[in-house]
Amino acid sequence: MQEGLEIIVCVKQVPDPEGPPSAFVVDSEALRVVPKGIPPVISPFDENALEVALRLKEAHGGSIALLSAGSGISQAVMLKAMATGADELLLVEDELFDCEGPDSSSTAALLAAAIRKKGGFDLILTGRQAADTNSGQVGLGIAQMLDVPAVSLAQKVEVFDGEVTVERVLPDGHEIVRVTLPALVTISHEVGDLRYPRMADIKTAKERPRTKWSAGDLGVEPASSVRARILELSQPVRERQCCIVDGDTPEEAGERLALKLREAKLL
Amino acid sequence: MAGYEGVLILGELGDKNQAAGITLELLGLGGKLAQGLDEQLKVVLLGNNVEGAAAELPQYGADKVYLADDPVLGSYNPETYLSLLQSVCEDEKPRIFLAGSTPVGQDLAPRLAFSMGTGLVTDCVGLELGDSPGLLCTKPTYGGNAMAVFVLDTMPQMATIRSRVGEAPSPDPSRGGEVTKLDTGAYTRPSRMEVAGQVKEETVGVKLEEARVVVSGGRGVGGPEGFSQLEEMAQLLGGAVGASRPPCDSGWIPPTSQVGITGKIVAPDLYIAVAISGSSQHLSGMSDSRHIVAINKDPEAYIFKVVDYGVVGDWRSVLPAFTCKLRELITE
Ligand SMILES: Cc1cc2nc3c(=O)[nH]c(=O)nc-3n(C[C@H](O)[C@H](O)[C@H](O)COP(=O)(O)OP(=O)(O)OC[C@H]3O[C@@H](n4cnc5c(N)ncnc54)[C@H](O)[C@@H]3O)c2cc1C
Ligand SMILES: Nc1ncnc2c1ncn2[C@@H]1O[C@H](COP(=O)(O)O)[C@@H](O)[C@H]1O
Repeated sequence: MQEGLEIIVCVKQVPDPEGPPSAFVVDSEALRVVPKGIPPVISPFDENALEVALRLKEAHGGSIALLSAGSGISQAVMLKAMATGADELLLVEDELFDCEGPDSSSTAALLAAAIRKKGGFDLILTGRQAADTNSGQVGLGIAQMLDVPAVSLAQKVEVFDGEVTVERVLPDGHEIVRVTLPALVTISHEVGDLRYPRMADIKTAKERPRTKWSAGDLGVEPASSVRARILELSQPVRERQCCIVDGDTPEEAGERLALKLREAKLL
Repeated sequence: MAGYEGVLILGELGDKNQAAGITLELLGLGGKLAQGLDEQLKVVLLGNNVEGAAAELPQYGADKVYLADDPVLGSYNPETYLSLLQSVCEDEKPRIFLAGSTPVGQDLAPRLAFSMGTGLVTDCVGLELGDSPGLLCTKPTYGGNAMAVFVLDTMPQMATIRSRVGEAPSPDPSRGGEVTKLDTGAYTRPSRMEVAGQVKEETVGVKLEEARVVVSGGRGVGGPEGFSQLEEMAQLLGGAVGASRPPCDSGWIPPTSQVGITGKIVAPDLYIAVAISGSSQHLSGMSDSRHIVAINKDPEAYIFKVVDYGVVGDWRSVLPAFTCKLRELITE
């Protein structure tokens, strides 16, 4: 293997998932969610994936390319991510992202085509799931299309001697999986948060190479590979009538809560 | 799309090599779909020494069971499992393929969907037959801030389902079904992946997913000491301790205790949320609980909109008095 690792990190721009429920306005006619008063951010697990890439680059040398597909991708959001230590930005803009949006399979097809066009890589990292789709398919789809082995749900990633060793999250622990490079790994938040970029790096990040493709440039017709369509979109109903239990002191309120629960036969 | 028929379920094994709870739930759910279609319900089960488990499935409604029994299948290797499963799907051509939102289902279903060039909806909370007869799959998106109904345009129509969406049918020992053993020889070749072992966290006491009472703490609990207080209360109620994500990220409690869209999905009789604000991601994991209680010092906290009982106050004062009274009431 050559010196260093060539890593591609797939990053998706989404409305800040930590926004309050009122910030996600459901348009049931247009079948889409319209963010209100919240900024676009990089989907949190993709940030975790970028952090993994940065650590691997520190340990092994090499380069990191960020790959994002969408429409109206924010410069500021991508620059901030680039500034943490990525070397190259690859953007795929397509108007399909404007309307109902592509599904997992058309997105994976677009990203796989972009990766082919870019050329070689040792490791592709994606988030375990995007904060908007909550789907967890695109990473495994890319791997399938590029015919490389894939491991999902990584909480730790190490590369040694042409192999990547992954700790894969399980509900009651983890398992250890080894695959040969080139490979794809989907990343879970346990790996740790993305570091903050320095102001100075945000400035220089502007000068790093950037490529913009359309689906046409990649020779893909994303609409033809859509397999899942949204029929209905609604706001979930979760609200309940809350009985506030109070008292003259918090201690009294605590005691009353216990009494109330017994009254309701919940104990 | 003629030729595609029946509902095929990915069976999984629970403790003691018996069919997992989720598999029985899927048999309940899949059974209704199969009935609606007037087609067969089938299960494919992969593992080591699983003939016993396979033999039990017809009682729960399986018309056919495909069984791959091989020492190599004793632990989950995605590539081996995939090649076997794909060959079953190509031979059987199911109209609908269902798996659980489990570590295996989450990993294997997307691989299978992409290998077969078909569509998949993950993490569904509802399934229904539409007209035509397409499968309508309901799932939360945007971290639970929206609920979407998807329809799939290709066969097989694939979905992974959360636990507790389906209901296990009561077993009917008089019901028969056909168990077919698959030839595993062709698939147990070496793969590009090596699964080198598992590290399990010991759970003491009641399992979070099975507990009838869950006491969860959030960022406002402030540290591991606070969680010992929650533990004390949970023990008193015969329940388990859970958490929102920040306490897990901070190491106050093991990450396996996380409740929410990327943690465990729970639906106990009683869920007590202590110093949790009520983010959509957390609510996605517990809002189906029968009764919910919140203790939070912020009267405006969103959590109060989605609970049955609330106390506004510092948990440090509320909780000890609550626990003390509970003990009194329980020992009465
Ligand atoms: C993609 C993604 C996936 C996620 N998955 C999950 C998930 O599975 N599960 C999950 O829980 N989160 C998840 N999150 C995180 C989620 O968005 C929230 O950040 C998190 O749930 C907030 O946890 P919290 O309510 O404990 O903390 P906060 O929102 O900080 O709330 C703390 C609360 O404690 C109260 N408080 C503070 N001190 C006291 C006191 N002394 N007494 C009483 N009350 C007090 C405050 O009033 C406040 O309401 C996810 C986020 C993303 C982006
Ligand atoms: N439009 C996109 N651009 C870049 N990466 C994406 C895109 N969509 C999905 N991904 C990657 O695939 C992961 C899983 O997405 P999903 O299958 O939609 O949950 C995300 O965390 C990203 O890393």
